[in-house]
Amino acid sequence: MNEQKPKLKLAVYWGAACGGCCVSVLDVHEKLFDVVAAADLVFWPVALDTKYQDVEEMHDGFIDLTLFNGAVRNSENEHIAKLLRKKSKILVAYGSCSHLGGIPGMANFFTKEEIFRRVYEESESTINPEKIKPQPEYKVTEGTLEIPVFYNDVRPLDKVVDVDYYLPGCPPQTERLVEVFMAIVTGAQLPPKGSVVGAGSKAQCEECTRTKTDNKLIKKFKRPWEIYDDGVTCFMEQGVICMGPATRSGCGHRCIKGNAPCRGCYGPTADVTDTGAKIMSAIASIIDSKEPAEIEAIIEDIVDPAGTFYRFSLPSAMIRRRL
Amino acid sequence: MEFRPQIIAFLCNWCSYTGADLAGTQRMKYQPNVRAIRVMCSGRIEPTFVLRAFIRGADGVLVCGCHPGDCHYQEGNYRCLRRYHLLQKYIQQMGIEQERLKLEWISASEGKQFAELVNSFTETITELGPCRLKQVMEELT
Repeated sequence: MNEQKPKLKLAVYWGAACGGCCVSVLDVHEKLFDVVAAADLVFWPVALDTKYQDVEEMHDGFIDLTLFNGAVRNSENEHIAKLLRKKSKILVAYGSCSHLGGIPGMANFFTKEEIFRRVYEESESTINPEKIKPQPEYKVTEGTLEIPVFYNDVRPLDKVVDVDYYLPGCPPQTERLVEVFMAIVTGAQLPPKGSVVGAGSKAQCEECTRTKTDNKLIKKFKRPWEIYDDGVTCFMEQGVICMGPATRSGCGHRCIKGNAPCRGCYGPTADVTDTGAKIMSAIASIIDSKEPAEIEAIIEDIVDPAGTFYRFSLPSAMIRRRL
Repeated sequence: MEFRPQIIAFLCNWCSYTGADLAGTQRMKYQPNVRAIRVMCSGRIEPTFVLRAFIRGADGVLVCGCHPGDCHYQEGNYRCLRRYHLLQKYIQQMGIEQERLKLEWISASEGKQFAELVNSFTETITELGPCRLKQVMEELT
């Protein structure tokens, strides 16, 4: 009776992503042996040569766990998201793009036309006098060539398919991934569906080791290069916008340890829907002025407030795109 | 059909709501487009509240608190003031007209001013037309 427990089937996919999430999976280093001992990787475009057709031929629910990273930005992303949802028992939105929309989500500040005009006509390195733009279909003598349709809006994974868990981060901390993975392998009690896993529930500030005082009042907002950071004092108290107060903990505040303010990749804390609205609330509290004109002048120092406050979360914010 | 704007007004308990109440008890007539929401202090009005009002279909949002220096909680209205300026910059970036969000100080004795404010704000929003935000966000899903 040494019947082995069947190995888990694991898939990793990237939608609109930079590849960093796939690298974070690779970053398990020698723990990869533990992973491979417990699971078979059945689909992982960045590392394996499995074709989409192979996935289509799997029976529904064949894959035990899929880590989907990247946002949904085109018809290919959407097709594979729906396909993997059908084929997977557990679908995890892995990383900020899949969780909230992430950096690609900032495209929602523009329209598809504006993006195409910039990229294919105006950018400094572009020479395109005929103004050729990508066409989803193109007829050649051999037949019809197809590329995915580029959407006007970027969406996080849960706006496209049903998502079981969210593992935030840009990229997620690899240690957290291993913890979550091992929990599934050992058959531990899984959290309720829709939970954010591999992260804390409180704000970054709870974990941050920098010195904070009650007197947080500033007269000027500064970019990180404008201050002589002492490496000890709270960034907010030095006038640098830090997303910490509105961002979920769990990353080990690695940016702050590297003397850079938090950018908010872990998304809103539990019970908060809109990171940006929360940080606006926090930032407004520290402005040291009671005069409307002076307040306006101080706020003027914040370059691109919407882009700063919604750097990772625009497609999942209350206002998901510019009108 | 004639456009009748929906306006949400957040009124602080101690001054502005009492001011609005005064307009009522004095039987002043003003435009019926405002839905008043009483909060304990204008400092309680989070940016989330204002954004949610717009998302749910408000064409304009009015925020009222005690005059500077008169806050029942000393500093609440200044917090509101700073949030208001930050929100103005944000909604402008998102393509919502800044005129759709207005902050005014209304004291408990300023019933008349409240009635006039509602009338003038309703007029501004009527001229601007409906806010597209709700429709655009619904089309996205």
